[in-house]
Amino acid sequence: MDFWFILGVILKMAFILGVALLLYAPVFVLFERRQSAYFQDRLGPYMGGVKMPRAVIDNLPMLQMGGYASAAGAGATALLSIVMVFLGHAGEPGLWILPISWGTLLLLSALGAPAQAVGAFVLPHLFYRDRLTLFGGLHAVFDAVKSFTKEDIVPPRADKFLYSIAPIIAMIPAFSLGAVIPFGPDLHLDYLFDTLPTEGVIDGPVAHLQVASLNVGILYIFAIGGTGVISAAIAGYSSDNKFALLGGIRAASQMVSYEVTLGLSLVGCFMLYDTLRLDEMVTWQSENSFLGIFPAWGVFYQPLAFVLFFFASIAEYKRVPFDAPEGESEIVAGYFLEYGTGKWLMWMISEFLEVAISSMLIATIFFGGWDVPGLTRSGWEAFGYHFDLSGTNWEFLSNFANSHLFVTVVSIAAFLGKALLLGILSLQVRWTLPRFRYDQIMQLCWKLFLPLSLLNVFVTGVLILLFS
Amino acid sequence: MATYKIHKPARTFGDQAYLPAIAKGLVQTFGRLYQNLLGPEDQRKTATVCYPDEVREYPERFRGVHRLTHRADGSPRCVACLCCSTACPAQCIYIEPAEYEADERQHGYERYPKVFVIDELRCIFCGFCVEACPCDAIRMDTGVHVPASYSREHFLFDKETLLSIPGRDGSYVTANVRLEPGDPGHPGIDREHGH
Repeated sequence: MDFWFILGVILKMAFILGVALLLYAPVFVLFERRQSAYFQDRLGPYMGGVKMPRAVIDNLPMLQMGGYASAAGAGATALLSIVMVFLGHAGEPGLWILPISWGTLLLLSALGAPAQAVGAFVLPHLFYRDRLTLFGGLHAVFDAVKSFTKEDIVPPRADKFLYSIAPIIAMIPAFSLGAVIPFGPDLHLDYLFDTLPTEGVIDGPVAHLQVASLNVGILYIFAIGGTGVISAAIAGYSSDNKFALLGGIRAASQMVSYEVTLGLSLVGCFMLYDTLRLDEMVTWQSENSFLGIFPAWGVFYQPLAFVLFFFASIAEYKRVPFDAPEGESEIVAGYFLEYGTGKWLMWMISEFLEVAISSMLIATIFFGGWDVPGLTRSGWEAFGYHFDLSGTNWEFLSNFANSHLFVTVVSIAAFLGKALLLGILSLQVRWTLPRFRYDQIMQLCWKLFLPLSLLNVFVTGVLILLFS
Repeated sequence: MATYKIHKPARTFGDQAYLPAIAKGLVQTFGRLYQNLLGPEDQRKTATVCYPDEVREYPERFRGVHRLTHRADGSPRCVACLCCSTACPAQCIYIEPAEYEADERQHGYERYPKVFVIDELRCIFCGFCVEACPCDAIRMDTGVHVPASYSREHFLFDKETLLSIPGRDGSYVTANVRLEPGDPGHPGIDREHGH
């Protein structure tokens, strides 16, 4: 328990919560609002914005032209450096005056040119008329500020303590589930700019990119995720409203039912990976291969489990088509009917956080987590060919691409991208399907999902016995 | 009693599994999102506009806020005949007629409105006043609705306000010509030319 360990844990927690709160939650909210606006033909989130000075707005075209010009300059530099590297001047100072070599200059300009072009293209879209709106992303921020500064009304006959604590309880699982999700490969701090060996133990300090590597791993997720039912039940019970009570009961029974499927659908994965630790699951998926060419992602081995787990997790966080607990047309808003302002916002934040966390979980278990096909610890590798240009003029290129830090950054970005796409998919399901009737939800769970997940366990066991 | 045999469409395994239908629906909604968010502007199918920043043109015959049309010299065409205030079912028009001075040409021939007030909050925008007006002096072809304001008094539009509102085409007159008595082509009677 030394200082560096604690600092590392704090940094990792800050990263995972920061990603969930500052990247996923706003993107999901924005996506959802844009989608609902087009779907229901009403205005999207465009009003919230910071008024910009006239000078900025009027000179946007000039800024954009400047961005394109700068990108063109970087592109020209890249072409020039390619020629110079080709002629064998990779190590010499670039442009004869700059203190960086032609090789570094090529890397910088080749990465910088498209980045500047994209930035220049995007720039005008960040504004709406004379306001800075960030594609409407600022609207969510203003909504949050508004909600937390409005008058907080508690129903007069509600149980004030339980009523106030329910949304806080709802936030706890959403926050604490991120602790066991691995978001990157082990980071060897002494060798950040070197190429790691393919195999073998590496000495020196190591940072595990996971807040807590618990040996119960996935069971921790079920244990904490299962507490979500408490918040909904308490909210329904304490609000002193019949609709809220109905919503709370529906939420409780639905979440308890789908937790069974949620757990059983993953049993096949435990058997396959032979571990409960999420980081070891990712390692298994990155080290093996499916049929020799495909990555060994869980979705190829356990497609049924993926479908079951995906829909059970949608049911678990109570979103359409499993949103009977809050079905507006029947019971107004269900268990959080009496909530307003800041407390309502806490329900919403916890809902979007659950979407984010469960997307990360699905990405970890079924889509290889931070695994990128063709990327190993020692760099890019495919079909037995290792990306290595040492001995040629282009040596610096493979050194950069295979450097430990670059490999790690690409892995983390891949994990975040996978989770983002899965989250958007589960949001899109909401805008595609109508709500199930309540008995259909229950029948789907007990008569279809549960037998199928048991069947999946059985078939997986038989196949493992046959082939190993 | 005739019996009808109802043929229910047979369900295939694909229908029952529901997953192909979900995939089809997802493709549809993702396609619509792309079309409306990133696709070419002319193919977007959203009917909404960002209201305070963009306004949609009202239809041609929309009855908007009233205006009083001008004569050639800028004075109102209104002759204070009280037809509009009589026709008004909401009784929102108040007119105080006054006589022209003795040295003016219209003296003893027609009157003018000293006060002309329309309470735009009482008005039901039926357009009867426009139909009742014999002089084409009041029109509702402005193409804008009554703007919002913070006080009820702001909605009592007086003569100067009503005269200052242009029509949809930006002009303060109407297409119907007005010939003053004495002008060549004046159709009616005047002092010189009786019956």
